Amino acid sequence: MRWATLVALAVLLMLPNFLGSYLLTVFIFIFFYAYLGQAWNLLGGYGGQISLGHAAFVGIGAYTSTYLAMTYQLSPWIGMLIGGAAAACLGAVIGYLGFRFGLRGFYFILLTVAFGEICRLVVSHVDALGGALGLFITFSGDPWQFQFSDNRYYYYVALGLMLISMGIAALIERSRMGAYLAAIREDEDASEALGVNAFGTKLAAIVLSAFLTGVGGTFYANYLFSLQPNTAFGIPLSVEIILRPIVGGSGTLMGPVLGSFILSPLAEVSRTYFARGGLSGVHLIVYGSLLVAVVLFFPRGAYPYLRRLLSRRRGAP
Amino acid sequence: MNLLELRGLSKRFGGLQAVSDLSLSMAEGEVLGLIGPNGAGKTTAFSLFSGFLAPDSGEIEFRGRSLVGLRPHQICHLGLTRTFQIVRPFPHLSVLENVRVGAFARTASSQTAAARARQVLHEVGLEAKADVPAGELTLAERKRLELARALATEPVLLLLDEVMAGLSAAETERIVELIRGINARGVSLLLIEHVMRAVMNLSHRIAVLNYGQLIAEGTPAQVANDPRVIEAYLGEEYAGTAPG
Amino acid sequence: MTLALLGQAALNGFLFGGVYSLMAVGLSLIFGVMRVINIAHGDMMVWGSYLAFVLALRLGLDPFVSFVLCAAAIFCMGVVVQRALVNRVLNAPHEMQILLMLGVALVLENLALVVFGPDTRRTESAYGLATVWLGPIFVDVARLITFGLALALSCALYLFLFRSDLGKLIRAAADNGYGALVIGADVERIYTVAFGIGAACVGAAGALMSALLPFSPATGFAQTVTSFNIVIIGGMGSLLGAFLGGLLVAVAESLGAVLLVPSLKELVGFVLLVLILLFRPQGLFGGKTS
Repeated sequence: MRWATLVALAVLLMLPNFLGSYLLTVFIFIFFYAYLGQAWNLLGGYGGQISLGHAAFVGIGAYTSTYLAMTYQLSPWIGMLIGGAAAACLGAVIGYLGFRFGLRGFYFILLTVAFGEICRLVVSHVDALGGALGLFITFSGDPWQFQFSDNRYYYYVALGLMLISMGIAALIERSRMGAYLAAIREDEDASEALGVNAFGTKLAAIVLSAFLTGVGGTFYANYLFSLQPNTAFGIPLSVEIILRPIVGGSGTLMGPVLGSFILSPLAEVSRTYFARGGLSGVHLIVYGSLLVAVVLFFPRGAYPYLRRLLSRRRGAP
Repeated sequence: MNLLELRGLSKRFGGLQAVSDLSLSMAEGEVLGLIGPNGAGKTTAFSLFSGFLAPDSGEIEFRGRSLVGLRPHQICHLGLTRTFQIVRPFPHLSVLENVRVGAFARTASSQTAAARARQVLHEVGLEAKADVPAGELTLAERKRLELARALATEPVLLLLDEVMAGLSAAETERIVELIRGINARGVSLLLIEHVMRAVMNLSHRIAVLNYGQLIAEGTPAQVANDPRVIEAYLGEEYAGTAPG
Repeated sequence: MTLALLGQAALNGFLFGGVYSLMAVGLSLIFGVMRVINIAHGDMMVWGSYLAFVLALRLGLDPFVSFVLCAAAIFCMGVVVQRALVNRVLNAPHEMQILLMLGVALVLENLALVVFGPDTRRTESAYGLATVWLGPIFVDVARLITFGLALALSCALYLFLFRSDLGKLIRAAADNGYGALVIGADVERIYTVAFGIGAACVGAAGALMSALLPFSPATGFAQTVTSFNIVIIGGMGSLLGAFLGGLLVAVAESLGAVLLVPSLKELVGFVLLVLILLFRPQGLFGGKTS
């Protein structure tokens, strides 16, 4: 297993030397959505608290760092952390309200949706943030402004983000917090009887998840060069975020990564294949069908399924 | 100072007075058996002690500290751990992972927690099943898992809710031995039980509840011969069961 | 800000509310019977709207007539979805059901996008512009008819559930699915019919609403959220709560549009949702919480 990871890592590090600009972009999206998915995974997968409003954290992180860069010329590398902190604050609010008032399952999902939409609507009406039209970032190619003229740098930043998120997830998996999150997911009351502070643990999970997602918002803004409330805060982005870990395997380390490697190319293929005639919704039909298929046939996601398949091949009991 | 001190504890659910003016105390190192007919309020009492329910009135003092208003995990950290009448394993986690959750109450280190968990599994005799998902265990094994998890939190007072229910005679014997061993180590125990022979043999003292009220208290022998208890619950044939 | 203006807004809202109520009642029925959270609800409704639109365009059918056909069509859609998909996850954890219906919603919404395009449409109706004056307030004839039809459909549903044998079986299954099995009820068929009826309600609502409000594939999700808003406010599983909740939310939205910036009226709905979730998740009419 160790060898495979090292080889994969080496390949990924060398890939930009062999890929054209288009494929490079595909990989950038794979890594970036794997990162966002892993951030979501901390709360939704490991923690079992599904959120359909994570786009709000992306939006807050993106808008915060962009606004600070435009108004105070603050480098987005620093703005990124401030954006993350701002997103973490929203996460704390949602977590506090949701968990203190005992919202679970569907009710919690609705709360996250409501907050996401509230953010979207509020930001659409704030002129200082560009209102409904959003903010446009001028391209300067200045690395200190988180802009690179060469796509390859974005590739490495995105890869770096993905690896960092995996590192954090791996650490949590092995730690007390990971054990507590799993226990809460299985049976919250029983875990409380064993000394698990369910409220505190879940709150920590949502704050961390929100922070990481918010940091990703800065990448989002500085890679796309435009920020609109409807896309940055919208449900479609939230859906994109949750699809990777769910298809790949929520609550697992490789889930979001595998899911991203499956979904992003699929989206690209259906986008380009069906682009003639302007059938822009087709990749979403694919997404929807995939979601249905996963729930019906691979409820734990692709990664656990593959692992079982592989262990059976090796003859393990 | 008494380990556990209850004064005038009451809890009502709508029209039902589940626990009524319960006053009781428990000493360190004791095994106290809590018996009574179904619906007498025993499990409700456990939920009150462990913070899952808030009392309407009354006091609960544990090692001199009031437990009223504290959350279950805080009470666990103070040294009082409960098990559930209907076992609640974490079905998708392995047996070891289940017990490790309890062990984490006393340490933040994964290694220490795992080591402690293995120790406890050895004590209850489940170490062979350490890597089995808890959902695949038999009922008897789940009961031992429930006990193991609670033990891993290193409680000073352990609340066991019908841990012998549904077990065969042999399995019951094993659990009784286990509980004796746990008590010998210095852990105090509060047992809710219907298996009369076991609870009479294990307990230093017995408290009897009926309709939420304490109707008798004393050594097993005293309780078994108390006419109110016999009348409410035990029946004449059990009058001679208690030792001495 | 005259009283007449507020009264007008309230009346408009109230009359429009009939459709909201119909929509919410359908959702509540599905949840009440099967404990299934139909996230695809709004997208099914949009298909009802598109059907009405096409029928008006091709066959000149007024939506106030064609809604029957639309309801029937969406009933069939509901039956297919239930039989093929929902049936298989009835005992799965709630999260799985939600994700399944999310997938269905995505497919329905984007199928509509592919077939009909992204532009907003509005169904032509003979009564589209007719108004009746009541003193300082005018009544939109289209809204009045819509309210009347929605009310009639709701009453018909009520009679069905409380007077017919099948309806009683449905309510029995909602109360106690296992018990219904024990008495020999064909629970699978009951679930299918219930889901179908819930879908039919929303199909009719979609057809009726298509004449009043412009719609596009993207409206589906907004309507789903509104439906859940209403059902939660009224109380999950309570049909009466859903009905009254629909009227309440419609009036609140209407007043919100007048008192605040119109584009913020969605905000009112979401803030209301948050408040209800926190302080009274069982809704106004209490009852079963999931």
